[in-house]
Formats: sequence, structure tokens, C-alpha cells
Amino acid sequence: MSGIFCSLRQFSVTYARGNKAAALDRIDLDIKAGERLAIIGESGSGKSTLARALAGLLPDGAKVGGEMHWPALGHPPRPGRDFGFVFQDPGTSLNPLLTIGEQIAEGARRHLGLGWKQALIRAEELLGRVRMPQPDKVLRAFPHQLSGGQRQRVAIAAAVAARPALLIADEATSALDVVVQAEIVRLLDGLVREDGMTLVFITHDIALASGFVDRIAVFRDARLVEAGPVRSVLSAPKSDYTAVMIASHRDLSTPPLIAEASP
Amino acid sequence: MSRFRRLLSTPEGVAGLAILAVLLLAALSAPIVSPGDPLRIAGRALLPPFADPAFPLGTDRLGRDVLAGLIYGARTSLAVGLAAAFSAMILGVCVGMAAGFAGRIVDEALMRVVDAFQIVPGFLLALAFVSTIGVSTPVVVLAIALGAWADPARLTRAQVLAIREQDYVASARVIGMHPVEIAFREILPNALPPVLALSATIVAGAILTEAALSFLGLGNPNIATWGSMIAEGRSVLRSAAYLSVIPGAALAVTVLGVHLFSEGLVNALGDDGGRTA
Repeated sequence: MSGIFCSLRQFSVTYARGNKAAALDRIDLDIKAGERLAIIGESGSGKSTLARALAGLLPDGAKVGGEMHWPALGHPPRPGRDFGFVFQDPGTSLNPLLTIGEQIAEGARRHLGLGWKQALIRAEELLGRVRMPQPDKVLRAFPHQLSGGQRQRVAIAAAVAARPALLIADEATSALDVVVQAEIVRLLDGLVREDGMTLVFITHDIALASGFVDRIAVFRDARLVEAGPVRSVLSAPKSDYTAVMIASHRDLSTPPLIAEASP
Repeated sequence: MSRFRRLLSTPEGVAGLAILAVLLLAALSAPIVSPGDPLRIAGRALLPPFADPAFPLGTDRLGRDVLAGLIYGARTSLAVGLAAAFSAMILGVCVGMAAGFAGRIVDEALMRVVDAFQIVPGFLLALAFVSTIGVSTPVVVLAIALGAWADPARLTRAQVLAIREQDYVASARVIGMHPVEIAFREILPNALPPVLALSATIVAGAILTEAALSFLGLGNPNIATWGSMIAEGRSVLRSAAYLSVIPGAALAVTVLGVHLFSEGLVNALGDDGGRTA
């Protein structure tokens, strides 16, 4: 698979009424088929707006300008079939009243033309693929019986149930602790590799993303600051903002914030 | 099943359920315990309770069996109360869903209609309705429902507005579910529990309104009702107070039972919301 999967030209989004500031301001960005692209930015940079715009989840009042094309598909993407979406908070993205099996099977049943039984078998398979222990039991469990990391695995299984070509993960690891974050990222990486999916991974954590993606696009204040292969962005950032963001990455070797603040 | 068990684990739930079970049993067994028309003249007039084993609760001014009236009255009260509350819930949930989903002008219009029904006292509305259209059981049911549907409508709308913004609704959209399907499979089941908890209160209110209507002579005169029994007993209140007291007590116990049941239900459903860990 090569070529452009989705291309944005002068793409803008404004949330209407009074608020004149654009949430996305004339973005030019290509998502290549089969690549793993990280969209990185701080809160309010427009990265989630981009994810929602790709998924057609913008609220009713939002104004969209510019162009969004899907050359690889040749038609607007069908939700669930052509793309899957993983939300930030797995605590709220699963319906509390439906079993895990029903929620995963829904996409498979709807888009792959399976009956309920087959769809549930596929759901069990998927639970195995996202490495849930005892998939047959989890199938009949409700979301509140699972931990946060497990719920996010379920959400990922539900998103890829209909074998979409594109997976959009909107801050999919932000609500999880660091150890679970690494597991989820590894899982996403594996799934995307095995199925040849295109991945759009939206995050504020440049270190987490740069570990496994091919390309990075940095957003700030509704604009695309720069985009390029991971290595060149990390080693030679074109913009000062990217450089600052890389420098402000914290790990255990960085002096603690509180000590810095005290005299 | 687990919800039912949780309902049984609260004392008020058990008490309410027991009262309602006894009432339901009495209502269902009415034709067996006391065959024939409960309004027929069965014996000597104004027989006090416990005087004649054939009439354990005595007879009224016209010699009608009070026990028969009581258990047939339970049928009327429960049937009218449940039917009215059910109609009110259906109407309220439908209007609330429509308002919550459609939004904007439809929402505004429907909510003004709800306002109009809310500012008129439900009993006055039922009174006006029945006295204009005429007395029959379906009309009484409809009249009571018209005074009671506004609260569930408001509650449903508020629930729908809150739940439609939840991530799991968005995630149903991104797996390509049809909006109608999202409404009925994702939103409605999550919106219903508080509305259902309200329903028991509506049943209690409907039973009281029905009794009040028949007390005023606006119930169906051909069937036994507690309201009309209380009204009948009023003229001999000094000499035979039991004629008003017995159906009055039955009414109070019924409403109490429904309220206890609803209390237990709210607690059982409330526990449900807490299990997120």
C-alpha cells in the first residue's frame, strides 16, 4: 500500500457562535496509506478537533472550510468500516449497559455481514488479539467489571472489529498510567503492523509517540507547525516550538519540578 | 435478577413489595372470594364489622357488602392507577426523547407544551376533562395521564441531553450505527432508570387522583371504587364511621405501599450507579 490515504488542503474548523478563533487554521497535511502518523500538540492545539473532523464527529454548529479528500477510498469514509476510532477515556467510551461481547460484535455484525453468533466468535478472537485474559468470560462481562487498561483494550478491539483501513486513536493513552500506556502503545503498534492499517495517533506525549510512529506532525494554536519523519523532527526540529517541546520532555533524570521552584 | 435481589435487600422495598403483593392477590381473587356484583344489595343495611360472619366488614347504607366493595375497589384502583401511570410514562418518555433529540425549535415547542401542562394542577385538569367528555374508565385513565406526563417528559429530556454527549454515543456513531438505533439501543436504556424510579410516584398519584374523582362522583358509577365508598359513607359518618374509614385506610395503605416500593427501587437503582470501580 502506498499513496495518499487522506489529504487535507487549507482545512479549517471553527466552532460557531461568538468564538471567532479557529480550532484548526488552514491545515495542509497528507496521511499516507499504511503509515503511522503521530499528531502532537498541547491542549487546545487543535489535535482533537482534527481527529473529530476526520471521523465526522464535529458538533452540529461547527464550520468547516478547505478540502478533505480520501484518494485511497474514492468516497467519504464510512464510520466503522473505513476507520475505527479509539477515545481518550475508556471509562466513558463503552456503554455501561451492554456486555463487552455485544459492543465489539456490533461493528463486525454491521459491516462484515455476520450473524450475531459469528460476530460474537469474531469478538472473542479480537479479545484474544488485544491480549485479554479469558476472552470467553470477558465477552459476557460489563465495562464496570474491567480495569481502565482492559477497557481500553476492549475499545481498541471494538474499533478494529470491522477491519478498517484507518485507526484513529485520540489521546488513547492519556487516561492511563505509564505502564499501561506502554502496553497499549505496543498493542496498537502490533495490530497496525499485522493488519497493514494506517494509524493516526494523537497525543501530547512526544516521547511516547516517537518510539513507534513513522512521522510526526506538530500542532500549536490551531496551526500545523511542522511535519516530517520522526528522526528528522527529533534531531533537527525546524521550529523553535518543537525544540522547546522536545527539551521540556521529562524523565527520571530531569531535576524535579518542585525542587526547581523552591529557592 | 441482581437488581431484584437488591430491591429485596432494602427494608422499604420488602415492605412495599409485600403490601402490593397482598393487594394484587386480593384484586385478582375478587371473583373467587366474593362472586357476583359487589354493588348488589347483599344483606341487612348498616351491619357493623365483625357482627355477621357472612359480612366480615359489615354492610353499607343500602346493604352492600363492604368487603366485596373493598376488594373490587382494589381492582379499580390498581388498574386505573397502573394504566394511567403507564400511559403518562409512555407519553412523557416519547415527548422527552423527541425534544432531547430534535433540539432547537422542536425542543422549545414541546417544552412549552410541557410547561402548559405543568402549570395547571393535574387534578383540576382531570376534573375538567372528565366532566366535559363524560365518565368512563378509559376517559378517567386518560384524564389522569394528562396531568402526570409532564414530569417524566422533562426528566427524560434532561437525561437524553446529558447522555447524547457521552463518549459511548460518539463511539456508536463512529462504528456506523444509525441515529434511530443509537437512540433506542444506546441512549434510551441509559436514560430510563431515573424515569422508572419516578413511575412509582406517578402510580401513587394516579391512584389518589382516581379516588378523588370518584369521591366527587366523577368515576365510573357502575364499578366499585374506594373513592365512591368513602363518599357514600360520608352521610352516615357519625353513626357508621367504618364505612368511610375502611376504604380510606385501604387507600392510605396502597399509596404507602407504592411509595415504599419506589423508595426501595430508587435505592436499588442508586446502588447501580455506584458500581463503577
